[in-house]
Amino acid sequence: MHADPKGVLTGTHYLDGDHAAAEGACAAGCRFLAGYPITPSTEVAERCALRFPMIGGTFIQMEDELASIAAILGASWGGLKTFTVTSGPGFSLMMENIGLGIMMECPCVIINVQRGGPSTGLPTLPAQADMMQARWGSHGDYEIIALSPNSPQECFDLTIEAVNLSEQYRLPVMLMMDECIGHMTEKVVIPLAEEIDIVPRRWTREKPDTYLPYKPCDDLVPEIAPLGYGYRFHTTGLTHDQRGYPVLNAETQEECVGRLMDKVNKNAENIYHLEKHNLDDADVILISYGISSRVAIPAVGKAREDGIKVGELRLITVWPFPENLIRELAGNIKAFVMPEINYGQVVLEVERCVGGKCKTRLVGHAGGWVHDPESIYQAIKEVAQ
Amino acid sequence: MTVAENKKTIGNIPEHPKSLLLRMDRMPHIWCSRCGIGIVVGCLAAALEKAGLSPDDITITSGIGCTGRVAGYVKVDSFHTTHGRAIPFAVGLALSRPDLKHVVFSGDGDLVSIGGNHFIHAARRNQNLLVICVNNFTYAMTGGQLAPTTPVTARATTAPYGSFENPFCLPNLAISAGADYVARWTSLHIRRMTDTFEEALNREGFRFIEIIAPCSTIYARRNKLGTGLDLMKYYYENSEIKHDATAEELEIGFQTKIVVGKFVDKERPSYARAMNRHLGKILGKKYIPPEVGGPQ
Repeated sequence: MHADPKGVLTGTHYLDGDHAAAEGACAAGCRFLAGYPITPSTEVAERCALRFPMIGGTFIQMEDELASIAAILGASWGGLKTFTVTSGPGFSLMMENIGLGIMMECPCVIINVQRGGPSTGLPTLPAQADMMQARWGSHGDYEIIALSPNSPQECFDLTIEAVNLSEQYRLPVMLMMDECIGHMTEKVVIPLAEEIDIVPRRWTREKPDTYLPYKPCDDLVPEIAPLGYGYRFHTTGLTHDQRGYPVLNAETQEECVGRLMDKVNKNAENIYHLEKHNLDDADVILISYGISSRVAIPAVGKAREDGIKVGELRLITVWPFPENLIRELAGNIKAFVMPEINYGQVVLEVERCVGGKCKTRLVGHAGGWVHDPESIYQAIKEVAQ
Repeated sequence: MTVAENKKTIGNIPEHPKSLLLRMDRMPHIWCSRCGIGIVVGCLAAALEKAGLSPDDITITSGIGCTGRVAGYVKVDSFHTTHGRAIPFAVGLALSRPDLKHVVFSGDGDLVSIGGNHFIHAARRNQNLLVICVNNFTYAMTGGQLAPTTPVTARATTAPYGSFENPFCLPNLAISAGADYVARWTSLHIRRMTDTFEEALNREGFRFIEIIAPCSTIYARRNKLGTGLDLMKYYYENSEIKHDATAEELEIGFQTKIVVGKFVDKERPSYARAMNRHLGKILGKKYIPPEVGGPQ
């Protein structure tokens, strides 16, 4: 299925990441945004407030982030493609209903333009310190999908990918931007509508009398029934059986939560979006995501000039984490180097997968600025020796 | 098929008269005997029948708590959401499916304590929702803690010496936030409650109906008020119908008089209507009204 041309602003534009993400949502078919103002993400909502009335969308500024996430879940059940946008403090407030979105298997996208934390932290300055919160922030066991763009162009492209993944696998998908990407202005090319692939809502073809709301298809994802068509389905945040009815026992918990995990893990090979350079003969591999991958470019170049064989792996999909790939690579190299604008989050996953087979070096800091490429270069040089 | 047309039988035995609207495969329900919630559900079912509506014309959204379980027992497209968030969830439903009627059915703690901010803002914006609040003056599902509605001196597990904090008066809260339609009945007022539900179902905007209902097991027992039946007797003896009641008269003290009636009935454009009207006027032909969700 192709994009609805109404929402596609085809052409070459000069946009910052926030505006590009808003255009990505329009192009992806999002027609409902409930949000609450928060720096540095507000421009996404502002652009949609301007654009949505002209493309058949509804923008509503809610009373808080708790309401924003609840409203997009409701509108998603109503049959629209939905998203919300926020930053750290608002992301924290959304956590409970992200769990509801996981449990009800509700397609939607949450854009987090990350800023420094904890608490109010650094509202106008970048960080990548919500990565583990994206993965684990709501209570209970679940798997999530999170993408991380490193340019305004990718803010556009990956918002579409996030919306498509949320429809394909029926779960909230996170787009983990940061202040730097959000406010960086670059060329953004928006293609023709027919060049944009769209995953449609997985409406069921079952008749109401045989339909089970949580009976999985072969890919472990159940189909959705539209409202008002006689399905009269029930959905709940409680542990439920295939009928969607609460069943509060260990067996149902295993079946219900197990499938929520499996539908991401067993489809992970189809979800991964990775960028790989020079991995085959590398001695050192730089793993990065988001803005840190841009800052690392001169560091890698300088190390190569020194004759160090540096490979690059960029996590465009951060969650699910490409564990098998990291395990394989760990046996062939001296070390992984990982710059992150935090005190070590995704690097913990790298260490877990490496299992001591090679060195792992974090280049981290608390946020407020991007890395000095020199610090990444020094780390590569040290571990290569 | 409407509820009125449902003449199903099991063998020679007629089905429960409201079986078209109830998930009979989920019975028995979890509510205690002498609880008032079931009466309110029955009245909503009767109101749908009287209004000639099909179960496919409405959705029901609940939050968490005893009344929060209503969504699980009604045979319509139904959503059992998180604590306090039934209203904003239903705001999303209502804006994406304006062709359906959307009912929020929850308790006092859910709607006006943890969800209080959403309640006032949905009323202020005049979202197209019928909000039914069963007020039993306590957090019943968690064992009888202090609620934002608990009358002064009434006891709760977290107010073992009796409450000394001022409770919310829900109609006053709804009226001051701008609700279009505000009514209160007790679970004793079956006919009037049903008529009010029927009238409100066919209206637009934010409609709020409070139903005072007995919690026999928790609230009545802890406060030595007898059982649910004794509370129904208390409603019979102490409720007064007064549609033009003042704000002060609407306040409820511990076992004092309960003023019931329909206090507000006005028409303002709903949020969706105001949005369409305003944006259409400002943007002219450039305005494209919101898409309606569902298969194309």
